[in-house]
Amino acid sequence: MNFDLQKNSLRETNSFLQNIDYNRNKREFLIKNPKGLHAICAGLKNNISVTIKGHTGYYCGGMNQKAKITIEGNAGTGLAENMMSGLIHVKGNVSQSAGATAHGGTIIVEGDASSRCGISMKGVDIIIKGSVGHMSAFMAQSGSLLICGDADEALGDSIYEANIYVAGKVVSLGADCIEKKLTTFHIKKINELLKKANIKSLDYKNFRRYGSARKLYNFKIDNASSY
Amino acid sequence: MKKKQITSPRISWTFDEYTNSEIRRAAETGIYDIRGGGSKRKLPHFDDLLFLGASMSRYPLEGYREKCNTKVSLGTRYAKNPLNLDIPITIAGMSFGALSGPAKEALGRGASKAGTSTTTGDGGMTKEERSQSKMLVYQLLPSRYGMNPDDLRKADAIEVVIGQGAKPGGGGMLLGQKISDRVAEMRTLPKGIDQRSACRHPDWTGPDDLAIKIMELREITEWKVPIFVKIAGARPYYDTALAVKAGADVVVLDGMQGGTAATQEVFIENVGQPTLACIRPAVDALQDLNMHREVQLIISGGIRNGADVAKAMALGADAVSIGSAAMIALGDNDPKWEKEYNKLGTTAGAYDDWHEGKDPAGISTQDPKLMKRFDPIKGGKRLSNYLKVMTLESQTIARACGKNDLHNLEPEDLCALTVEAAAMARVPLAGTDWIPGNKSS
Repeated sequence: MNFDLQKNSLRETNSFLQNIDYNRNKREFLIKNPKGLHAICAGLKNNISVTIKGHTGYYCGGMNQKAKITIEGNAGTGLAENMMSGLIHVKGNVSQSAGATAHGGTIIVEGDASSRCGISMKGVDIIIKGSVGHMSAFMAQSGSLLICGDADEALGDSIYEANIYVAGKVVSLGADCIEKKLTTFHIKKINELLKKANIKSLDYKNFRRYGSARKLYNFKIDNASSY
Repeated sequence: MKKKQITSPRISWTFDEYTNSEIRRAAETGIYDIRGGGSKRKLPHFDDLLFLGASMSRYPLEGYREKCNTKVSLGTRYAKNPLNLDIPITIAGMSFGALSGPAKEALGRGASKAGTSTTTGDGGMTKEERSQSKMLVYQLLPSRYGMNPDDLRKADAIEVVIGQGAKPGGGGMLLGQKISDRVAEMRTLPKGIDQRSACRHPDWTGPDDLAIKIMELREITEWKVPIFVKIAGARPYYDTALAVKAGADVVVLDGMQGGTAATQEVFIENVGQPTLACIRPAVDALQDLNMHREVQLIISGGIRNGADVAKAMALGADAVSIGSAAMIALGDNDPKWEKEYNKLGTTAGAYDDWHEGKDPAGISTQDPKLMKRFDPIKGGKRLSNYLKVMTLESQTIARACGKNDLHNLEPEDLCALTVEAAAMARVPLAGTDWIPGNKSS
């Protein structure tokens, strides 16, 4: 079934996709002419597949559960914010705060991601085939951020237990973020992420791992200069 | 022999006993003081206002006999299902984590019995509160701890929190000693670490973005429930106007007497404006946009009794919200625990180290032994009693002013005892027709 956002309203489209009638046995949908509209496919909760032909605005796939969403274009701010599960695949670039606070599922970006990618992420796997902007993985709590390109300033600032893997250059690390050993667990994780995103040109040896030094976990006045 | 003339020892007004003790504490520890609650300094407040009552020029309604409506609908602007409250007193957001599970349950029990709503807080929605609260407001905070779409759809309203009166522009900190296994799991963080709550939302900045965020929340909840926007008493005129512009159904405005679970004392006492100073500018903004009563205004920060409720509503609020007072009603700072408060270096009525998790009353703690002291059923009953008393008190005042609805109270029913309160509330100084700052006076 197709939706054309030049003809169908956003509410009508989202409502249909949020309340799928399983008796119809239809699981694949196409959205045409997204025109950069905001909150396309927000709040989906079923195991369906949606392809969006074009660019999307803010919060595409926001709070997604189970659905597979493919964006054949670029995505605006807050892609897949607070996603719980499912897969969001962006063929172009994404704006800031992609995957913000997302708890689960996978985000794959073929291009670059802007600043604060993975901010406060809480369990999601994010795979960026290009580079990420500054303050990415800020206060990241859990999950993995794999960056095949470079990372701008203050990567992983105030990071908790999330893992960051970078193949390219890191301009600078944020407070309490350090390079860590690539253990067997992390090698397996990188291989899993590379496989998910069908990346064959890189392997785990290309990546360096970054995570928390855990020095700021409990507030101490002696660390005040780190803040 | 000539007797030496001795003057009385003189304590400096500037370097008073508390100030000196704080200097000594800072010198000793090298760290600022963190505490809970709101501003404790003496501020212009509702006590500085009086109702005039009826006389020859106004006639009163019969107390206990003639009806005085207390109901209010919140979220009538866009939501399919506004929140219909029996009383205009709601329970403010207080997190599970800061409060125990049984304390959240008691808030739900008490509020439901009184016909009003409770609000979640930073840390997500607990089953205790959802099961007991007939009407539950789910907060969307910058940290998004515990935020998930299933709970979002269970909520009766959503409150986007931008600020708190105790700390406009500040985030929060839940210290490690309160991070039990359950709290840690709900917040997706390791047990025992200090949990920082961010001061800004991770995926939007500014009112234009907020408008889109609100639209997204409406899409996810299919435009069914109201969206509140909570702001601190910083720049109430502009902040209210921008919240309305962003699409809020309800604006919650929290003055500096509004409590917090924990933040720096210097922040609580030196940032933000008193509740009294915030109401009229916020109402101005709503009236200038022709949105007064269409977008409802909830006032919080230091509401203690029915007189405060009536005064806030006379100045233009549609409802009020209580947090600290609700905790006291549950049993917080009760003198029956005085010996234990003394052991903690404080006294009943002054205890505010809620972040340490040692609350003798078993309310602001995650310690299983202390939590057992608190009975959520009795606590709920105490809260509902208190809410009923506040409602009756506010009705009594409204009837005395000749009003058959709390929302019919108006600034004209009030006078002020101090020049400051007269200027802030824009009502005449008692015995005069002078409103300081009024361009026509």
